[in-house]
Amino acid sequence: MPAYLDHASTTPLHPAGRAALLAALDDGWADPARLYREGRRARMLLDAARETVAGVLGARADEVSFCSSGATAAHLAVLGTAAARRRAGDLVLVSAVEHSSVLHAAERHERAGGRTRTLDVDRHGRVDPASCVPPPGTALVSVQHANHEVGTIQPVAEVAEALHTAAGSRDASGPAGAGGSADRSSVDRSSVDRSSVDRVPLHTDAAMTVGRIPVDVTALGADLLTASAHKFGGPAGVGILVVRAGTRWTNPMPADEREAGRAAGFPNLPAIVAAAAALHARAGELAAERERLGALTAQLRARLPALVDDVELLGDPDPAGRLPNLVAFSCLYVAGEALLGELDRAGIAVSSGSSCTSDSLTPSHVLVAMGALSHGNVRVSLGRDSTAADLTALLDVLPGAVAAIRERAGAVGL
Amino acid sequence: MSDADPDPALDAPDVVVDALGRLCPLPIIDLARRIGEVPVDGTVELLADDPAAAADVAAWCRLRGQQLLGTRDLPTGQAYLIRRTH
Repeated sequence: MPAYLDHASTTPLHPAGRAALLAALDDGWADPARLYREGRRARMLLDAARETVAGVLGARADEVSFCSSGATAAHLAVLGTAAARRRAGDLVLVSAVEHSSVLHAAERHERAGGRTRTLDVDRHGRVDPASCVPPPGTALVSVQHANHEVGTIQPVAEVAEALHTAAGSRDASGPAGAGGSADRSSVDRSSVDRSSVDRVPLHTDAAMTVGRIPVDVTALGADLLTASAHKFGGPAGVGILVVRAGTRWTNPMPADEREAGRAAGFPNLPAIVAAAAALHARAGELAAERERLGALTAQLRARLPALVDDVELLGDPDPAGRLPNLVAFSCLYVAGEALLGELDRAGIAVSSGSSCTSDSLTPSHVLVAMGALSHGNVRVSLGRDSTAADLTALLDVLPGAVAAIRERAGAVGL
Repeated sequence: MSDADPDPALDAPDVVVDALGRLCPLPIIDLARRIGEVPVDGTVELLADDPAAAADVAAWCRLRGQQLLGTRDLPTGQAYLIRRTH
């Protein structure tokens, strides 16, 4: 029986998103920047979508902008904050397990003369908030809300707290402690950060969590949050960029009047409307889904070691510390590519962070940073329409597939 | 893994496994096949140039309770020195 178990890559359009998309194709085709009737109507749809997304995420509407993808949103968040805080510092701290979009933005920052430092993670892929104390000259800290490969939820609120505390102690130490940093002090005084001191802003990539678990940007304490509509049942081509009021940020790309100068170009209004409708519908589904999918993934984690020899479960063993819809594991002596092929022949769609499944032949930076076995890796991720039957289909095939691959490789009994 | 100088007595490993040119997980399978030839407390050196080997050698040692003593760079790839602990 076929089963699509790669909802963390992308998930089908939510019915509410689909209905909104079809309606908005008819109603929302005009230019929302124009003042005639059709334009005003488009503007109303865009404003309503912004209000909806802001409401779900605990932000203000004027803090939310839409761009062309989650990756673009992450690029804008990282590079826009680094650009705006150039005088405060040139150091960008990123966790070792960030999505490639954040790491690529950090690399670009470095190529432009800035500095990047990586925050280590533990065996489960979790950042230690105590390690997030920013050295002087830090422009930005970027820590994802949850990891895309192993599902570990990061202590974002604690990281935000650490940044607050660090700013407080720096402020308390005063100019003497800062040691002749007259320039810094003047930057601090001119800062428009929400706090009175020069707190280092925090970006969180919430592409794995928005529309999957409750996300409140205020509760997280993040200054910037980014997400991607197609991950939660919206259409592809919509990124969400939240920049909290008072956060220093400037568009690192050429800007126009669209999206308050945060994302240039004619907005994909029907897709934005659909994304907002999908997110709103998802918000009402999350509580029940967390329980249902959480039970399925817990069952999968419990059964795997009994069904497959030498399988290593990845991510936080504590259900509270991981996404309810994702299970990642690695099978010793198994090539990930071969395993994905065997599963695909049985109609089972999953993804892998193993090197042989990547174009570069390098293993997943997430698995390497965690010290996890990088070969034989499988990520199973559930969506709103996933059922126990999907996992049964997987478990019907997986043990035999692993055994066959090990036998072909002469790796039985090792 | 650090490149800390291994004990000079360990410089000549009991077994050398040449997995250069082999893609993961083959170097790890080669290592697992040959570890039985190594006396307990003896060492095996795995030569590998697959980019995933560094992560996977360390993970294999952890999973199998063997000890990764150190890593050194080769003209291409790395040599991983592992002590058989049991």
